[in-house]
Amino acid sequence: MLAKRIIPCLDIKDGQTVKGTNFIHLRQAGDPVELGRIYSEQGADELVFLDITASHEERKTFTDLVKRVAENISIPFTVGGGINELSDVNRLLEAGADKVSINSSAIRHPHLIDEIAFHFGSQVCVVAIDARQTEAGWKCYLNGGRIETDKDLFSWATECNDRGAGEILFTSMNHDGVKNGYANDALAILSETLTIPVIASGGAGKPEHFRDTFEKGNADAALAASVFHFGEIKIPELKQYLCGCNINIRL
Amino acid sequence: MNVAIVKYNAGNICSVDYALRRLGVQVNVTADTEELRRADKIIFPGVGEAVNTMSYLRRTGLDTVIKSLKQPVLGICLGMQLLCNHSEEGNVDCLGIFDVEVKKFTPSCRKEKVPHMGWNTISHTNSPLFNGFDKDEFVYFVHSYYVPLCAYTIAETDYILPYSSALHKDNFYATQFHPEKSGSVGEQILKNFLNI
Repeated sequence: MLAKRIIPCLDIKDGQTVKGTNFIHLRQAGDPVELGRIYSEQGADELVFLDITASHEERKTFTDLVKRVAENISIPFTVGGGINELSDVNRLLEAGADKVSINSSAIRHPHLIDEIAFHFGSQVCVVAIDARQTEAGWKCYLNGGRIETDKDLFSWATECNDRGAGEILFTSMNHDGVKNGYANDALAILSETLTIPVIASGGAGKPEHFRDTFEKGNADAALAASVFHFGEIKIPELKQYLCGCNINIRL
Repeated sequence: MNVAIVKYNAGNICSVDYALRRLGVQVNVTADTEELRRADKIIFPGVGEAVNTMSYLRRTGLDTVIKSLKQPVLGICLGMQLLCNHSEEGNVDCLGIFDVEVKKFTPSCRKEKVPHMGWNTISHTNSPLFNGFDKDEFVYFVHSYYVPLCAYTIAETDYILPYSSALHKDNFYATQFHPEKSGSVGEQILKNFLNI
């Protein structure tokens, strides 16, 4: 049976790992390659590296980092941040990334999803969606949560699915950084509606939150950052706990 | 030991290259017939699409070279599928080492998502490729097409249906999963192949 995946996410700025709380304050949390290698040895199933600056000058630093990750780590990894066209995808795949994650650029140019799927295969194309629950429902955001759009989470996720995305990485901005659990109600709807895997993101604080997102949110994978980076949750212990809950996990 | 990776338009060549280098092996990524024939071990990787890849192999003559190899060869993912007779992906004739057809997964419900992507177990393993494992180990898969169980099956995986996750015939070995992305289990499988 296919295992549920545990995915540490490393936000990268100037070649270093950082993590924001509610998308604002950033704290330092170490060397990305070293952290990635440690996570891989501890049993992380995949890694995500997000270039949160993604300015033109810093692209090359990030591409070099992707290459060093690929050289040193023997599990799949996704990279995102500043991917606007096919040549960006090609550059990152050539550096050794397994998948790319697109977010704002997908909302601005939805056809990019079709193009990535056609040229490199659906499995390469992760669409990340940042959304906030408002009185008008779940709305998608651009630019790391800074700009609201009129796109509805569920219809946008379905469109991504139909255009050939391989996975949806859904971050609830209401839950992110709060450490009070994932947005399981919204995740359950996404898992039910979509034919591609859904990665839960935003809200992990305790091992029970991972159990709940797999059991109640039907997520295929759970992503977290600071709880792993600061050692609040250790991956081997988390995986033992989830196994004990009869969740299919790779040990 | 001289290990060659068949160089062609496949997506995961550098990942396989890095994985072998981590094992301390000298790797030659090449499309040169003589260099391939001289290698002690050959890896035929693959991420991509069957029709384009087969036409590339035919155009470059690599199809004939691969079929004529006598040393141990390891096909990975699309590399494994291309070693079979025929693929439903684009309805294309392949290299025909393994006399079996590559089929497309047909999900029977929404839970059965295609591609089969992520970590799944290999069971009923029956080959030196899997030396050192005493339980069903997890390895990493990404694929939408599969090889049914057949006379060459040396490992099986259950997703939508039980199918071949590894094959063996004479000097040809093949895995549907990616040993180069399967952590320490994958490293052991690559080491086992190098020791064949």
